[in-house]
Amino acid sequence: MAQMNMVQAINDALRLEMKRDDRVVLLGEDVGKVGGVFRVTAGLYDEFGEDRVIDTPLSEGGIIGAAIGMSIYGLRPVPEIQFSDFIFPAYDQIVSELAKYRYRSGGEYPCPMVIRTPVGGGIRGGHYHSQSPEAQFIHVAGLKVVCPATPADAKGLLLSSIRDNDPILFFEPKRVYRAAKGEVPEGDYTVPIGQAKIVRPGEQVTVVAYGAMLYEALDAANKAAGQGIDCEVIDLRTLWPLDIDTVIGSVKKTGRVVVVHEAPRSCGLASEIVTLINEKAFLHLEAPPKRVTGFDTPFPYTLENEYLPLSHRIVPAIVETARY
Amino acid sequence: MTTDVHATAATARSTSQRKPEDVLADDVVRVLSPDGTLIGEDPGLTDEEVVLLYRAMLRTRLVDERAVLLQRQGRIGFHIGSLGEEATVLGTAFALRESDWMFPCYREFGGALFRGMPLQRYFDNLFGNANDVAKGRQMPDHWSYRDKRLGSVSSPIGTQMTQAMGVAWAAKLRGDPLVAIVYFGDGATSSNEFHNALNFAGVYRTANVFVCRNNGWAISVPTERQTASDTFAQKGVAYGVPGVRCDGNDVFAVVRATRAAVARAAAGEGPTLIEALTYRLSGHSTSDDPSRYRPEAEVDPWQALDPLRRLRLFLQDRIGWSDADQARIEAEVQEELKRVIDVAEKTSAPPLTSLFDDVYADLPWHLREQQEELALGPRAPKGH
Repeated sequence: MAQMNMVQAINDALRLEMKRDDRVVLLGEDVGKVGGVFRVTAGLYDEFGEDRVIDTPLSEGGIIGAAIGMSIYGLRPVPEIQFSDFIFPAYDQIVSELAKYRYRSGGEYPCPMVIRTPVGGGIRGGHYHSQSPEAQFIHVAGLKVVCPATPADAKGLLLSSIRDNDPILFFEPKRVYRAAKGEVPEGDYTVPIGQAKIVRPGEQVTVVAYGAMLYEALDAANKAAGQGIDCEVIDLRTLWPLDIDTVIGSVKKTGRVVVVHEAPRSCGLASEIVTLINEKAFLHLEAPPKRVTGFDTPFPYTLENEYLPLSHRIVPAIVETARY
Repeated sequence: MTTDVHATAATARSTSQRKPEDVLADDVVRVLSPDGTLIGEDPGLTDEEVVLLYRAMLRTRLVDERAVLLQRQGRIGFHIGSLGEEATVLGTAFALRESDWMFPCYREFGGALFRGMPLQRYFDNLFGNANDVAKGRQMPDHWSYRDKRLGSVSSPIGTQMTQAMGVAWAAKLRGDPLVAIVYFGDGATSSNEFHNALNFAGVYRTANVFVCRNNGWAISVPTERQTASDTFAQKGVAYGVPGVRCDGNDVFAVVRATRAAVARAAAGEGPTLIEALTYRLSGHSTSDDPSRYRPEAEVDPWQALDPLRRLRLFLQDRIGWSDADQARIEAEVQEELKRVIDVAEKTSAPPLTSLFDDVYADLPWHLREQQEELALGPRAPKGH
């Protein structure tokens, strides 16, 4: 086991899979010589060469359109979109093409690829380096959406994702790229797609979170414990398909739930999770489910910590739910 | 004289700047005049090859006409065809090698059939039945055929261009000397993906042949509303991609231009943009009524420039192609059509459960739930 941050763990996964599978190619803006603006691909250009770690022209639609062609040809492309805020020029290729290729060709053209992209706020990035667009991909049939919170999960989930036969959006929570450190197993291992993890067992309130907000949820759970409230915290890890059994199992036990995400509230993933809980565990509920989320505004610069659903906003929601 | 036909056509009232005499420009590759005489460098096809091409073009025309009829009879929901553009579609397909990939727009079923897609498979797609490769999930004329390296048709404009570039790029990275041809209309040159595909292809010198079917129209919008450039071919210059124009109604010119582009690409010399000057004789699709934006008089001169007509005249002169030869092929195709349509029409609709297959490699829990919900729920009223 080695101590790594998330950037190092993702880099480790990419290197390992590129060695193991010569079909894997990385492409994107600045992923080559400079190793990515967050240095996630550092060293890979020197190790694997310009044909496998490719600096592309500055066009997200071009990157994803090219990656679709590569996937059709039999490669395993891992394109990077430099910030998920910039993914929208590629939205047509992702939604109209990538997500539908297998379906519309009756299985003739599965189109596996992993689109890696940093997500979320907390780096003083303003409107265009902070957003969390995951729900806009969950809503599209045919895509899987993954968002790790820890270095070990980032590596294991990325290895699973590259080996998966479906297209995957792999959101990397950039707020904790370097802040999240932990033991990462050496060598090859996978974390299954579609499995959440109970990171803090508890009996009274279920708190569902993912990505950078997992740490805020854990902090809030610790503070709530100081007020005598025992929280169970779930790290979703895979956002879609959701690990429904883990979520529903926990809510049936606690009867109370708070769902946390940075993304805007309306039609966010929390809305779907709360609906599923209402459909599948309504009679177990002791309190109305609560959402603690970003607001339905563009992502702000100066007031970013007021926008984000940090611990100071999660604690009162837990308390209110527990005392309902 | 060939120029007379074009000149006569030019005097007709036109609402589009796509004019018959466009092909008379010096840079346009021309081989066969509208009256079937050779006026340019012959691509050197054998008699058998010419007959093969003519038969394929005629078959495409007859399939097209039958598909329109089926739509008008309410037996299929939609058709989008290549009436008048057969020389562009078949000439390019003919110039490809077996190993090459073909990424269609949505008017290239003739090329797909020529490359070996069974006619039954095509009509199964038109009917959206249980044997349709797309299992009835897509509109008619949205097929795929991986065995013959034919891409999957989708409706968004231009997306296939960047993908075809990606295929050629991947092949290059793997050291495979194959070429990917991709089709699009003049309207698609306004799309993001035209820029993305040409730009990336130029930078990475991918083995692509970009075929712009300049047929004068993007539904109701004429060519001059797509660009202020003199030609579409010249747009290649900005990307470092050579552009060539050919008479898209002259199958020999199309073969010549495409063969040169394929040879260039296969030799590692990079992509070529071909602008084939042709004309959309039909509406955009069976859903379109061109009389709302295009006077019939504008179409008349183009009838004289029909790609089938001129190849037939050539064959008459070259090998004495007769009315009986013509009738024999037409009868063969009609017989074939009757057979496959009969089968396609009698084949059942895709099963209910198929609605949920192929969304992912494996069925996730939420789709399993929805599949069960659909199976247990009330059925939709018949008729569509």
